[in-house]
Amino acid sequence: MSVSTVIDTKNAEIATKNAEVAMTVNGRVRHLDLDPRTSLLDALREHLHLTGTKKGCDHGQCGACTVLLNGRRINSCLTLAVMHEGDEIVTIEGLGSPQALHPLQAAFIERDGFQCGYCTPGQICSAVGMLAEVQAGWPSHATADVASAQIELTAAEIRERMSGNICRCAAYPNILAAIRDVAEGVRR
Amino acid sequence: MRPFTYERATDAPAAVAAVSRAGAKFISGGTNLLDLMKLEIEQPTHLVDISRLPLKDIEELPDGGLRIGAQAANSDVAADRSVRTRYPVLSQALIAGASGQLRNKASIAGNLLQRTRCPYFYDTAADCNKRNPGAGCAAIGGFNRVHAILGASEACIATHPSDMAVAMTALDAQIEVLGPKQTARRVAIRDFHRLPGDTPRIETVLEPGEMITGVILPPAPPGRQVYRKVRDRASYAFALVSVAAIVATDGATITAARVAFGGVAHKPWRSVEAEAALSGRPATMATFQAAADVAMAHAVGRGGNDFKIELAKRTLCRTLAHAAQAG
Repeated sequence: MSVSTVIDTKNAEIATKNAEVAMTVNGRVRHLDLDPRTSLLDALREHLHLTGTKKGCDHGQCGACTVLLNGRRINSCLTLAVMHEGDEIVTIEGLGSPQALHPLQAAFIERDGFQCGYCTPGQICSAVGMLAEVQAGWPSHATADVASAQIELTAAEIRERMSGNICRCAAYPNILAAIRDVAEGVRR
Repeated sequence: MRPFTYERATDAPAAVAAVSRAGAKFISGGTNLLDLMKLEIEQPTHLVDISRLPLKDIEELPDGGLRIGAQAANSDVAADRSVRTRYPVLSQALIAGASGQLRNKASIAGNLLQRTRCPYFYDTAADCNKRNPGAGCAAIGGFNRVHAILGASEACIATHPSDMAVAMTALDAQIEVLGPKQTARRVAIRDFHRLPGDTPRIETVLEPGEMITGVILPPAPPGRQVYRKVRDRASYAFALVSVAAIVATDGATITAARVAFGGVAHKPWRSVEAEAALSGRPATMATFQAAADVAMAHAVGRGGNDFKIELAKRTLCRTLAHAAQAG
């Protein structure tokens, strides 16, 4: 049955055709054959078995699924994997390893920036993206004058910029401390 | 989520041709559409991906205005140097909305076309004329704390959730549209979103198959631009009430003013009545209060949202006082 026949037939069962997509995940090109409904999050977890990225709300409200798409933080639950042909995805697994932690991973451990740890991969990926946004001079809702070119990364700025990542254990003070350490180049 | 077929459009004419199929919808950032598809509130049978169309540029216009491509990310527009310096109210509104992750994905056109966050619209067990025409409105007589106080109807009291569109309304933006017969037109943002009337399902003046290609900002009006948003938590929440104000003074007297509200109606709410009450008057709290009174003269509370009428007035006064400051 051709695709057009299917969609022109009202109330007919729609036979979803799988779609092929190739994307780079943590530096490695991956080819996937997916139901178009597959979110990027499910592609990472269920098809590539990269379970570091977590599914919390699955509606873009909690930030647990945050990954880096072409260097920018996004919610992987609210995008379709088939839309990412040729894109570069970095997950928590791609940021560091137990032997060579990313500075933010090390800082979260040092500052005890978690309790249950479920939101942590999303918090860390989000913080990586957030620090790049600050580096690029992007303003936030906590920035007094959006026209100012320099952003001073105060505690209020970090809290505002990280508001898309919820922590049910409320480890916020330590998450903030960990991010500040990395932003200020603190070596412990 | 219901099954669908997927295709990626390579250019704008191909995109409008592709979406002419029955059951087809555009997808770009996906941050609102996929949320609604997971809940089966939206059930497209075919998705046309327009996220890679070459409509992401922010261009200077010869008249001193700015053209923003429909596929530009919310975060790129908020961070754009020209927007931040000449249209700061737009940058402020964008960064008052959503989260960093969502702003990186959400497009400008998608922001305009996002659907209400009325909890009864989202609750598929509840009656909703927007989801299911003729079913009734569970928000009327229900928990309606976040609902509209202006321009609502007996069919729907939902609000439009965008911050960005409120700033664009104060800036008199024009929306560029490409139609299925490849015809282009422009719609003033004030005419773009519709009041609910008895057809709340129809939210904009877009015809089936039309696609937004860009937003034109005319040269910035004189005056200081301020966006102020009031919400239940400090960040990452929709507005209870918001105000975009642009106020020019000669020191003591207001020479020109623009006022738009968010969170109060089915569309961004421009108040020409408030603007008339400000222009030529002294920049004092008494003037701001008079403008607030005329802006809310026809406001109607539904019980839970009665507080919004006073909140909107106070938010306007505070925003005008800020915008009228020299500097």
